Amino acid sequence: MSAVVGSTPLRQEREWNIGWADVGPFLALLALLLIGFVINPDFLSATNLGNVITRSAFIAIIAVGATFVISSGGLDLSVGSMAAFITGITIMFMNSMAPEWGLAAIPAGMVVAIVVGTACGLMNGLIVTVGKIEPFIATLGTMGIFRALITYMSDGGTIPIDRSLREAYRPVYFGTVAGVPLPILISIAVAAVASFALYKMKYGRKCAAVGANEDVARYSGISIIKTRTIAYAIQGACVAIAAICYVPRLGAATPTTGVLWELQVITAVVIGGTALRGGKGHVWGTVAGAVILELIANLMVLSDFVSEYLVAGVQGVIIIIAMLIQRFSK
Amino acid sequence: MLKTKLIAAAAIGSLLIAGQAIAGDKRVVAVSIPAADHGWTAGVVYHAQAAAKEINAAFPGVEVIVKTSPSATAQVSALEDLSAGRKLDALVILPYSSEELTTPVKAVKDAGTFITVVDRGLSDASIQDLYLAGDNIAVGRNTAKYMIDKLGGKGNLVVLRGIPTVIDDERIKGFNDAIQGTELKVLDIQYANWNSDEAFKLMQDYLAKYPQIDAVWANDDDMLLGVLEAVKESGRKDIKLALGGNGMKDIVKKVIDGDTMTPVETPYPPAMIKTAIYMTVANLIGQAPVRGTVKLDAPLITQENAQEYYFPDSPF
Repeated sequence: MSAVVGSTPLRQEREWNIGWADVGPFLALLALLLIGFVINPDFLSATNLGNVITRSAFIAIIAVGATFVISSGGLDLSVGSMAAFITGITIMFMNSMAPEWGLAAIPAGMVVAIVVGTACGLMNGLIVTVGKIEPFIATLGTMGIFRALITYMSDGGTIPIDRSLREAYRPVYFGTVAGVPLPILISIAVAAVASFALYKMKYGRKCAAVGANEDVARYSGISIIKTRTIAYAIQGACVAIAAICYVPRLGAATPTTGVLWELQVITAVVIGGTALRGGKGHVWGTVAGAVILELIANLMVLSDFVSEYLVAGVQGVIIIIAMLIQRFSK
Repeated sequence: MLKTKLIAAAAIGSLLIAGQAIAGDKRVVAVSIPAADHGWTAGVVYHAQAAAKEINAAFPGVEVIVKTSPSATAQVSALEDLSAGRKLDALVILPYSSEELTTPVKAVKDAGTFITVVDRGLSDASIQDLYLAGDNIAVGRNTAKYMIDKLGGKGNLVVLRGIPTVIDDERIKGFNDAIQGTELKVLDIQYANWNSDEAFKLMQDYLAKYPQIDAVWANDDDMLLGVLEAVKESGRKDIKLALGGNGMKDIVKKVIDGDTMTPVETPYPPAMIKTAIYMTVANLIGQAPVRGTVKLDAPLITQENAQEYYFPDSPF
């Protein structure tokens, strides 16, 4: 399994955006945009594209974190439940602090979100690395735990944000800077930091090395436990950032928040060119993958020729075709 | 609400007096319902527990036990556990799924237990002594009638469906049948799985696709929340009505406050579990005849009667 990854010339790993694996997702994205335009010219309107890219931000931000986990040879199924859990904790914290602190409760809540998120990620990481439990099983377990906690915290209903905070917090999802929606800027920032960490820092090399071949990495003196655990902690922080952007959208956390996000996240990472078995991660590809997924869903609604009963099927076919385009363009 | 409670208490009170003559030892009523995993089931749990508390306090001779289960399999096990230790006098059940629960409920029935089935019917209707449900067709029909009235019989609509199930199909059927022959046109109809996030996205897409939308129907209030947020964000002024269904407290509150976009609501109340429990106890204690089928109507909730459907303490 290491043969494929190992054969990638070292030279390429040192440069940015080189090779088909990096360009592939963007080609698929371009093809999708063209098809969309032919089907319905409204597809390319600024409002529509703005909406679609903005709402792909949650998946994109979480998927950037997942790129670290998957590239280091792990997997995290708990991200959707974790997002719901962090959203719940954050709202409850902000609500309880609002009477005393007023609007200062919002930034304080964001800090709480990041701390809780990183802690959750760290817990996942330690269970997988120190506990030596298969990532699939470990995170399936925590997925259930986080989902149960949010259901318990909300009594199965909703945890709405305090009315006094709602308007002030709204711009974090709905606001724009120079015409660009804030969540888009946040996901670009997250991806930029991530690609720096993954391609320019020592940690990024370690991540890819551990994911490509554990034994070789160990013999090279890389700590597998440390590298993987940090990847999960990064994942947790990314989930927290997504949760922070998510709260103002509907202003509430419910037991159905973030359901099945984990599958969308993993799909985005794989469409983006990162192999599920680990190895080199493609951060920008992952972001493109998240946008592709959201565009496909949007296209289903904007086109008239797909029966409402068949939408999920057609989406599946398009995802597979997008992967095939990448495969054969190599 | 207080008034309703008083009337109920008075009615049950008189039953109590009649009942004590025949009630010897404690009668056990088991209530088996799905665990709270979304708004509506959370409401069911809340109202079932409220009913149990009220009845246990009012009738020393009755013990109502509420048991929630997170899946159909768990509910089957719960039934076995409930009936293993003691004799159940009555079972009130909201089955997870019709097929899987039919045989286990029959086994309880065969031991001589009074069976009340709520909302989702069993595959074999002869098992139940009392069946109580809401009317999903009426939910769709009454919403449609209001829209026809309000829009003067013509306009462009978009519809959001839930999860592909009988409940969803019936609501959509009631709605479609009612608008037939009018000039109301359904521009688009798609599934949003009774989920606010998916409804938010779908509504954004509807808004991008259609320049003129007169009214939106989300056949559930969780979805309506997402719809309202998307409409608010778009700044569009063409949408005159956005209606939901089920009776979520946030939406009923809007009706009470006289919201112009959501002036009415159609109930499919989770509180129906309470009706079922009270009726079952009335039979057990007061010998009130209740065998049969009860279908709760879905009358429009308007500003005048909204208080009756408003439960500020409920999670739903």
